[in-house]
Amino acid sequence: MNEQIICAGFGGQGIMLMGKFLAETGMKNGYNVTWLPSYGAEVRGGTAHSMVHISRERIASPVVSKPTTCIVMNKPSLVKFIDRIKKGGLLIVNTSMVNKVPEKKGIKIVKLPLTKLASELGNVKVANMIAVGAFIGLRKTLSLKDIQEALNRILPSKKDLISINKKAIELGYKLV
Amino acid sequence: MEKIVFKKPDSMTDATMHYCAGCGHGIIHRLICEVIDELGIREKVIAVAPVGCAVIAYNYWDFDVSEAAHGRTPAVATGIKRVLPERVVFTYQGDGDLAAIGTSEIIHTANRGENITVIFVNNGVYGMTGGQMAPTTMIGQKTQTTKKGRSVKRDGFPLKISEMIALLEGARFVERTSVHAPKEILKTKKAIKRAFETQIKNEGFSMVEVLSMCPIYWGLSSVEACKRIEKEVIKTYPLGVLKG
Amino acid sequence: MKKSKIQNPKSKTKRILITGNEACGEGAIQAGCRFYAGYPITPQNELTAYMSKRMDEVDGIFIQAESELAAINMVFGASVTGARALTTSSSPGISLKQEGISYLAGCELPAVIVNIMRGGPGLGNIAPSQSDYFQATKGGGHGDYHSVVLGPASCQEMFDFTRMAFDIADRYRNTVIILGDGILGQMMEPVIINPRSQIRNPKKWALTGCKNRKPNIIRSLLLKQGALEEFNRKLQKKYDLIKRNEIRFEKYRTEDAEIIIVAYGTSSRISRACVNRLRKDKIKAGLFRPISLWPFPYNALKSQDKGKTKFLVVEMSMGQMLEDVRLAIQDDKRVHFYGRTGGSVPSEEEIIGKAVSCKL
Repeated sequence: MNEQIICAGFGGQGIMLMGKFLAETGMKNGYNVTWLPSYGAEVRGGTAHSMVHISRERIASPVVSKPTTCIVMNKPSLVKFIDRIKKGGLLIVNTSMVNKVPEKKGIKIVKLPLTKLASELGNVKVANMIAVGAFIGLRKTLSLKDIQEALNRILPSKKDLISINKKAIELGYKLV
Repeated sequence: MEKIVFKKPDSMTDATMHYCAGCGHGIIHRLICEVIDELGIREKVIAVAPVGCAVIAYNYWDFDVSEAAHGRTPAVATGIKRVLPERVVFTYQGDGDLAAIGTSEIIHTANRGENITVIFVNNGVYGMTGGQMAPTTMIGQKTQTTKKGRSVKRDGFPLKISEMIALLEGARFVERTSVHAPKEILKTKKAIKRAFETQIKNEGFSMVEVLSMCPIYWGLSSVEACKRIEKEVIKTYPLGVLKG
Repeated sequence: MKKSKIQNPKSKTKRILITGNEACGEGAIQAGCRFYAGYPITPQNELTAYMSKRMDEVDGIFIQAESELAAINMVFGASVTGARALTTSSSPGISLKQEGISYLAGCELPAVIVNIMRGGPGLGNIAPSQSDYFQATKGGGHGDYHSVVLGPASCQEMFDFTRMAFDIADRYRNTVIILGDGILGQMMEPVIINPRSQIRNPKKWALTGCKNRKPNIIRSLLLKQGALEEFNRKLQKKYDLIKRNEIRFEKYRTEDAEIIIVAYGTSSRISRACVNRLRKDKIKAGLFRPISLWPFPYNALKSQDKGKTKFLVVEMSMGQMLEDVRLAIQDDKRVHFYGRTGGSVPSEEEIIGKAVSCKL
C-alpha cells in the first residue's frame, strides 16, 4: 500500500481536517504516514489543500506530486489537480460545487453531491467526512474501526461534532 | 574617638574610574551604589550594562552585572527578571543605547510593565564613539556629525523619551533629574531610591532619566558644562516627576 | 523562576501524530526548557503558538517579543541566569537574530535557536528551503565563532534533536541551532514522546545575585591588550572538543556504493528513496547524511570514498553544503550537485536522473 492523497477545496470546507483524519486513521492501522498542509499566504482567499502519504514503506517526501487519490471539494481544485492524478488513480468530486466534471481516461471518477448530502445530514460542514467515508469504502485499505478514536484525537474540543462526523463517514462508506 | 563621616559605598569596588573629568557617570554610579547599600539589596541585584561609555560599569560595581548588545539592554533585563522575579534588576543606559538603537526595546519593556528599573543617562551625545549627535542632542548643538549645529530640518527634534514612556500604561514611575548641582544630585538619589522601591514593591516599570555632563564633547569646562544644563538643557528637558 | 514541573516521570511514552513544529516545542519542554521568547513568522507559527500553550501548562515563561532582536536578547537574559531558553524563527527572522547569537557566543551562553528555513534572499517566500546553511554553519553573525548545528529529517528528530540540543548547549556553554525547513515544521508524522528525567548541574557562572560569593560578570568586551585573542583561542579549543565529541551522521547502503548521495534534512529523506530505486535498477547507490552540520563529518564522509566513488550533493539551495563535501573529498571532478531552490522541493525522478547522469 502506498496511497498518496491530495485533499483540496475552499478554506472552511475542512480540507486540513480531512487530511489529518486520514493520516491519523492510517497511523492507527499501522502504516507510516505524513500529512503536509498548504500554509500561510498560499491559503489566503483561494484554495487550500493537504497532502497525505499512507505507506508500508518509510516515506521519503511528504510532498505529493502525483496523487493516487484526489478528493476535490470545489471547481478550482478540480482544475488544479485533475491532470496530476496517477494512472489507475481515484478522483472523488463534490458535484454540489462542480457543475461539470470532464472525462478523463485511466482514472476512476466518483461523483458525489457532498455538500448537499451533508446539509441533509444536518451540518453542511461534514461534507469532508462523507468524502473520507467514500474513500475508505472504495480503497478498503483503512479500517473503519478506529474512526471514533481518530475523531476524538482531531476534534478534542468539539465533542458535540464527533457523532455527526461519524455519521457522515458511515454515510460516505455506504454510498460507494 | 574616630567617626566615619564619608566612605565608599560597600557596593562599589576600589577600581579607579576611567571616565573623563567632569563626566556625570561616576556620580550616578555612586548614587546607585549608595541606594543599593541603603536598601540592603547588594546580594539581590543584577544589573545590565549598556554599550556606550558605561559598558564597563561592572569594574566599579561590586554585584552581578551582564553586558548587553547595543540597545537590547531592556530585553536582556526582561529575560533575567522573568526567570528571577525576586531579584532586583536594573539597566543602566545612555541616550544612544536607549533613545536611538534601543527605542523599540525600551518602549515595549515599559509597555509590558516589566518590573525592572531603568537608569537612563542623557548627556546629549555619543561619548564612547567620539561625540556624535544623539537623538537627545539639543537644537543647534555642535557635535562631530552636526558641525554647524543640530538642524531641525536635517536632524529632527530632540527626543523626549521620558515623556513618551510616562504615557504608557505599563510605566509606574518616571522621573527626570540632573546631576549638575549638589541639590540636584540629592534629588537624583531620591528618585533612584524610589525607582528601586517601586520594583521591590512589585509595582512595575520604573525609570529615572538623569541629565548628565559630557564636558569633552560639549567643548566646555566641567563648570561650564554644569551651567549649561542649568541654563539650557533643562529648558528642553524639564526636571520633575512625570509619572508616579 | 516559578516552581517548574521539570518532568513528570509517571507520564507514559506516547505515540502521537503532530507537526514538526509542535514536536520541536515538546522536545524543548521535555528538556526542561521553561523560557521561550519568539516573534510571529511563517512557517514556524505553530511552534510559537504551541509554546504559549505549553509554557502555561508547565508554569514556564512565554513572551511574544516586539521583535526578533528583542526575542533573542530575552533568551540571552534568561540564559544569563542559567535557565534553559529557546527562541525560534524562520530565515528572515534568523538573520535579525544574528547579532544576539554572536553576543551569546562572545559571552559563552548556552541557548537553543530553531530555524524553520524558508526561501530567500530577502522576504523570499514561505516555502521550504535549505539556503541558510552557510549562515548557520559558518558563524552567521560577526566574529570567530560557531554554533553547533543539527539537521533533523523527520518530526521524530525535531523532537529528539531539540531535546538533545539543550544538553549540548549546557555541556559546552554554546549555542545550538536546529536547522529545519518549512516541510519539517509544517508536516505531521507519528512522534514518540518518551519523557526522560533531567539531571542538571548548577551553573556557577550564572547571575543570580552575589549572595555568598563574589560577583559574576557576563561580558564579551575584552579591551585589554591580547585578552580577546586569548579568549578566541580558548573558544577554538572548545570548538575542537566539540568536533571530537559531537559529530553525527548516518550512512545508508554506502558499503559497496559507486555513487553516494550526500544530503541532509528533507533532501536526505527524498534521497534515501532514490537510493532504493537506483538499487532496484542495479545501480550501486548509497546515502551519506550529515546530522551535525557543524561540526561537519568531513572524515566520516571521506572514509566512504573508495577512490573512484562519485558523490552527488542534493540540497534545497544553489549549493551550500556542497562546499563542505568538496572540502572532504578533495576531488571536485567527482563531486556533483543537484539543487532546487526558491521553495521548490527536488523530486525523486529529478535526483535519480542526475544520479544516473553522473554515474556515466
